[in-house]
Amino acid sequence: MQLYLPIAELPVDVFLVLAMGLAVGFISGMFGIGGGFLMTPLLIFIGISPAVAVASVSSHIAASSCSGAISYWRRRSIDFPLALMLLAGGILGTAVGVWLFTVLRTLGQLDLTIGLSYLILLTAVGALMIYESVRAIVRAQQGKPAAPRRAGSHTWLHKLPLKMRFKRSKIYVSAIPVWLIGFVIGFVGAIMGIAGGFLLVPMLIYFLRVPTATVIGTSMVLTLITMASATVMHSATNHLVDAVLSLMLMVGGVVGAQFGARAGQNMRGERLRLLLGLLVLGVGLRFAYQLVVRPDDLYSIRQVIGT
Amino acid sequence: MTRALAIALGLLLAGTGTAGAERLVTSISRHQVLVSSSFTGTSIVLFGTIEPDSPTARRRSDYDLAVTVSGPSETVVTRRKERVLGIWTNTDSRTFVNVPGYLAVLTSQRIEAITNAETLRRLQIGLANAVLPQQIGADIGDVASDDPFRVNFIRLKREQGLYVERTNGVTLLTPTVFRAGIPLPAGTPVGNYDVDIKIFSGGVLVARANSAFELVKVGFEQFVASAAREHGLLYGIATAMMAIFTGWLASIVFRRD
Repeated sequence: MQLYLPIAELPVDVFLVLAMGLAVGFISGMFGIGGGFLMTPLLIFIGISPAVAVASVSSHIAASSCSGAISYWRRRSIDFPLALMLLAGGILGTAVGVWLFTVLRTLGQLDLTIGLSYLILLTAVGALMIYESVRAIVRAQQGKPAAPRRAGSHTWLHKLPLKMRFKRSKIYVSAIPVWLIGFVIGFVGAIMGIAGGFLLVPMLIYFLRVPTATVIGTSMVLTLITMASATVMHSATNHLVDAVLSLMLMVGGVVGAQFGARAGQNMRGERLRLLLGLLVLGVGLRFAYQLVVRPDDLYSIRQVIGT
Repeated sequence: MTRALAIALGLLLAGTGTAGAERLVTSISRHQVLVSSSFTGTSIVLFGTIEPDSPTARRRSDYDLAVTVSGPSETVVTRRKERVLGIWTNTDSRTFVNVPGYLAVLTSQRIEAITNAETLRRLQIGLANAVLPQQIGADIGDVASDDPFRVNFIRLKREQGLYVERTNGVTLLTPTVFRAGIPLPAGTPVGNYDVDIKIFSGGVLVARANSAFELVKVGFEQFVASAAREHGLLYGIATAMMAIFTGWLASIVFRRD
């Protein structure tokens, strides 16, 4: 069934878009990530212009993270103080990221910078997660105490001042690394146009030792806030959010996120981290392939909006 | 003497110009194409007859037709990838300023066979002869038709079905009655379209006519598009609320306990 989209100005297959929303929503609910890094390329692939895709995906991510966040909230696995502290760093990071975006664009190095940072981030994060989770799984199978959470071990992170206690996550850390992580996520998000959930989740797990249980719910609250504001900002400045496309993606997304969240909670932490690592590395390798292999078409055209 | 020469020259120009002995009567199947939620592309038909200006005029029959349909203008960046440090990345780009978002050239036979190359270029017949101005530094100007950015821009637009060149696009039903189908694919931009019809005989332009149609969004599509454009902030807040509501609804519907 074809439906004409009023802003994207082309018809799409309703069931295809619903299925895409469902699949990405499932992954989103399972891992507590937005899934924008999967959905945006999918939409561009079916012919929607990149500007409309990025703007409309933000509302889809808001919907599926809202649906996921509510079900985590019922299970009391959201750390609101942690989310707020991350958000404080995130706002500053976004501002600096937008500034650097403009500087790089005037230097004409934006495409290369974005390409390389995507590649390095995705492959490095993916590889590290796979390495760590495989080790944890092997350790568990050998019957050794599967406790990477060393209560007594203190890294340099724990020597920093401004210590705060996050009760839900059962951690007692300085606010500085929390702000820093928020800053990095906001910064990367502004430059690469992603919410950064796939970076936030591993950072919280490995640097702050937040238990996997609260990580996902907390990440979802953060994603909900940033993506709901991104929807409003995109609509107010570029007028490129396609509400009809958004609604179709949302309906698929929220249903998928519900099943995903359930699947995620029934899975062991290290297995979940292994799967997310494989997913992130896969997208990274796909990206590397695109950058290294000679493209089929050296030319591309894109309409300039707002001139 | 000078005066006589001027008159003679004037007559000569009139003979080779548009003021021929033919009159062109055209009709288009739809002047307004409505884009509703079920729009998946369409086509409209142009009909026309070539009539002698006066009953006594000599009737020719070897007519060639060229119909050019151009849609709303847009600005498009064409980028080229090159290998930098082993990575394929966009390096060079050209900005095409106010070029037609849709351009169809429909003719009754091979474009080169209609008239000489100079006339084709002057009358902008064929995609190769269309004026596609580029931003060159502070200036805006067209470049040679074999410029790689121009060639690839046209190629990519043709792949999208938005630039069309059909040498069998105009059918002469009788020696003086013709028909041309204008294909409008799904991604055709919304806006005003100009139709320019030129008739040649023996390589000379003998008559020219213009027509127009428009592509407009209607109903719900129109409502959403104008809301997004005119009330961006409210539209954004409404979309964000819709996202939160949908998320909340799903968590109620799928609640297990």
